[in-house]
Amino acid sequence: MADAAATLPDLLPERFAAWFENRGWSPRAHQLDMVAKAREGRDALLIAPTGGGKTLAGFLPSLIELSERPPPNTPQGIHTLYISPLKALAVDVERNLMAPILQMGLPIVAESRTGDTGQARKQRQRVKPPDILLTTPEQLALFCAWEGARLYFENLKCVIVDEIHAIHASKRGDLLALDLARLQLFAPGLRRVGLSATVDDPDVIRRWLACAPPANQVVPQRAARFGGGGSSPLRDETEGAEALESESKSPSVGFADSSPSGGASGSPRPEDAIDLVRGPAGAAPIVDMLLSEGRVPWAGHTAQHAMAEVYETIKTAKTALVFVNTRFQAEFAFQELWRLNDDNLPIALHHGSLAAEQRRKVEAAMARGELKAVVCTSTLDLGIDWGDVDLVIQLASPKGASRMVQRIGRANHRLDEPSRALFVPANRFEMLECQAAREAIAENRFDGDPARVGALDVLAQHIMGCACSEPFDLLALYDEVCRAGPYRDLSWEDFEQVVDFVSTGGYALKTYDRFRRIVKGQDGLWRVRNPQTAQRHRLNVGAILSPAMLAVRIAMGKSLRGGRKVGEVEEGMLEMLDPGDTFVFAGQVWSLVAVTGMEVLVRPATHKDPKMPSWGGSKFALSTFLAKRVRELMFDQEHWKVLPTDVREWLEIQRDRSLIPKDEEMLLETFPRGKRHFMVVYPFEGRLAHTTLAMLLTRRLERLGAEPLGFVCNDYAMAVWAQQPLDGLDFDELFDQDMLGDDLESWLAESFMMKRAFKGCAIISGLIERRFPGEEKTGRQITFSTDLIYDVLRRHQPDHLLLRCARDDAATGLIDVARLGLMLARIKGRIRHAALDHLSPFSVPILLEIGKERSPGQTGERILAEAEGDLIAEALA
Amino acid sequence: MSALAHARAAYAFTPSPCGGLRTTLLGVDVILRASGALWIEPARMLVVADLHLEKGSSFAMRGQMLPPYDTRDTLARLAAEVAATAPQAVVLLGDTFHDRSSEARLAEDDAQRLRDLAGLTRLIWVIGNHDADGPKALPGEVADELTIAGLTLRHEPQAGLQPGEVAGHLHPCARVTSSRGSVRRRCFVTDGERMVVPAFGAYAGGLSIRDQAFAGFFSRDPLCGALGADRVHAVGWRSVAGD
Repeated sequence: MADAAATLPDLLPERFAAWFENRGWSPRAHQLDMVAKAREGRDALLIAPTGGGKTLAGFLPSLIELSERPPPNTPQGIHTLYISPLKALAVDVERNLMAPILQMGLPIVAESRTGDTGQARKQRQRVKPPDILLTTPEQLALFCAWEGARLYFENLKCVIVDEIHAIHASKRGDLLALDLARLQLFAPGLRRVGLSATVDDPDVIRRWLACAPPANQVVPQRAARFGGGGSSPLRDETEGAEALESESKSPSVGFADSSPSGGASGSPRPEDAIDLVRGPAGAAPIVDMLLSEGRVPWAGHTAQHAMAEVYETIKTAKTALVFVNTRFQAEFAFQELWRLNDDNLPIALHHGSLAAEQRRKVEAAMARGELKAVVCTSTLDLGIDWGDVDLVIQLASPKGASRMVQRIGRANHRLDEPSRALFVPANRFEMLECQAAREAIAENRFDGDPARVGALDVLAQHIMGCACSEPFDLLALYDEVCRAGPYRDLSWEDFEQVVDFVSTGGYALKTYDRFRRIVKGQDGLWRVRNPQTAQRHRLNVGAILSPAMLAVRIAMGKSLRGGRKVGEVEEGMLEMLDPGDTFVFAGQVWSLVAVTGMEVLVRPATHKDPKMPSWGGSKFALSTFLAKRVRELMFDQEHWKVLPTDVREWLEIQRDRSLIPKDEEMLLETFPRGKRHFMVVYPFEGRLAHTTLAMLLTRRLERLGAEPLGFVCNDYAMAVWAQQPLDGLDFDELFDQDMLGDDLESWLAESFMMKRAFKGCAIISGLIERRFPGEEKTGRQITFSTDLIYDVLRRHQPDHLLLRCARDDAATGLIDVARLGLMLARIKGRIRHAALDHLSPFSVPILLEIGKERSPGQTGERILAEAEGDLIAEALA
Repeated sequence: MSALAHARAAYAFTPSPCGGLRTTLLGVDVILRASGALWIEPARMLVVADLHLEKGSSFAMRGQMLPPYDTRDTLARLAAEVAATAPQAVVLLGDTFHDRSSEARLAEDDAQRLRDLAGLTRLIWVIGNHDADGPKALPGEVADELTIAGLTLRHEPQAGLQPGEVAGHLHPCARVTSSRGSVRRRCFVTDGERMVVPAFGAYAGGLSIRDQAFAGFFSRDPLCGALGADRVHAVGWRSVAGD
């Protein structure tokens, strides 16, 4: 701190120091540190909790530089580019940035540009660029696919990537990393700045952000081209510069970690190119758990039992954010709160399916401090600065510690005051999960996203974008791509294959050569075939894949025209509803009139008893990290003291009737119930991995003649049932890792999840367009599904690039094979079998899911209520 | 239905020489085959509609590089049907080519597959709206429509009740829902008097039989034969949902 203070006069110009003083603030050490890094010309990653003045720290160097710039004779182009993963955040930061600019009277123009920005403003921004442009990764990708990109960005000095932790480990992150490499080419002096919330392993993000020279490959062609040595002139220059800077770097400033360059081995690590700056740790949050009348329900997802207390708690707060994990839960909680809302408190709803205009209204009211509470999903996870939020309520389980910290950070943006949060577990396993998350947060431990390898479908899109912007040399582009963190280890063979895919589709049958989308000219450079092809590409840029959305509109008249738009729902969400059925959406009860093409027509329902009040389950999987902590908590009986009485008793009866597995073990129970025989396992690896496990396991059981009849999964457990007893099986063999071999392959080939993954890859890679042109059959919609393409491709070229991409995606995402593999390895030889006479306390929640999957409606709830009473009585008997 | 039973329906294989549905059309014995082909028993004739050959390359011309295997995939399935049924004639019920230049784009081995077919059996091209000129170089007879055993075979179904008509063109599809979710499948649709047959082409899309385009075609609620993996499922009209 003393060091930082000493450097203050050098680092902050008069005008800035005075501004801080007038506001009664003193610049924080990490803010000065960021200025120092900029003066040294170093790339930097700032890790700081919410409320640490992180955004200002990111912009301060640019504001200073711009304020010291002599009045320009000519337009200078963009100086600083700010990228946020959220449109709303870009707009919000623009607003916040205007305060210091106006208060100091700085001659700086800062403007945002998002998908919602009007055409006129976008046009003007191209002709007359602002000094600071705030935008999204998708807009940047569009810029990079534009003919004017190079000129537009040639004077770019700094790029700031905000909320990096939320984007680096995704396809959007892949695309952004590629576009950063492109920007670096246009403006070699470009400085990179990353802003991140507290993460488990900052080096993962540093590697993502670094523009380090590719480490691996020597391409024979390149050696030939550059006359040996295996490395391009560009690369030599960069390496030299870096070595020099690392040596001369002063480690004395503030909180900066001095990054050892290379260490004894001498080979520099990519992350060393990014200096790490840490903000101060904020006050530890106060996290409480709400136990309705001291009880925790056996099963359920909605926390309906505690809604009255949630409402009372909201009353005590200035403004509360009520987080839930799904849109349905949001609708449900909103409905429940308003049912209780005798005080007419201003309680609003915010989730991704609402019309954009409606979301903006809620955000604006929130910013004005007019709302008492907002029920929201992950749409509000990220950083819009609302100073008045003083309480965060998490309904149902958080699924991960990092997300929870992020959400808690939404409350109270002042660093020295603790944020206040309240967990409301919806069932007993969730209660354990909430407890584990509380402890992790208290210990400042987080679940980290593992680094990912850049996806090839995203690369395909990027290469097409490059060709649309300007002709490229194949080797130079390869070199450029390898400078993007996620593609550092990209092999030349894969790169060539992707280029071939972009050009002709990459088929073994070479019939499309004459239709090439990008062509190699006489000059050896590759360019897009014609302007139409470029135009079509630009309409399909981006790596966000939303499921096809249907507009929800109010039905007008007898002809069923669509009237006012209420919002959008995911395709397939209303599949279980028939016309006349009622459901909750946008906080109201509607009656379904018809689904026509891309529109859902509805009418306000006359009665307020919706058929589809909510839908259980969470789209987030329980994180590996948190799952481990839950297992540890369960195993450690000393630890049970912190748990509420009923949950502790539940564990004790489980211990006495069945058993509690040790941390690395997996409990497997078998018991008869009714005419069926059950096998229940508790891997705690999340619903996706469990479902994959169940699919594979039931295939095996069938082969063994065990005749499985059905299965059900949740985040914690999986149950299979059969006519015959299942306890005589060799469980070690049954759960052997070899199930991930042929069984997986043969199941995957037919799996709808592969088809879904394939569709995503086909859209991102540009194989098909987001709006697929249907057959031109006058006014009728003929849907041409990607499943047809998938089936044909799988039969005729199973090793095609896109099938590879789809398999990779499915393995890490939709079916979570990666996690299943780790689990099978973990439990090998550690399966604890409990052969029981009847069901165990642990098995009650999962058995209750069986009924739930079948009947989502109100009748189902009643059936459930009865079934629950029976089951519990039986478990405790 | 449990998750497992659902999965088993999709994955378990119960081989059967022909998983088709037998029915009569204006008194004529026909079989709806799982491939989507219609078998007209008295004439020993195999009818397939809307092959849309070279649809993939048609998209590729416009910059969308769909896998170029649709033609050979479709022709391989047709060849398998011919091998399984040994018909006296194969009727291609229109829109055999996706567009007017499709024939010129055929890969040589695909063209040869069609010539081989014409060598095995009588090949009759009924004209459709996508291929109004008929084949230029490929062998076979060309017809606007065809009357066989009292049935009229044409590409585009005519408005109103048309007893005895067998047509394609509309690519009929049915969405069948249950509490476990829904599936959308190509299908035959018939009221016992006329029939619309599904598209046979690998890349041919589908139109819901609940669409207005089918209105007024049938004298009563039609029955739908939805194509499954290896058999045709009879589905009642009331079980068919809109799209």
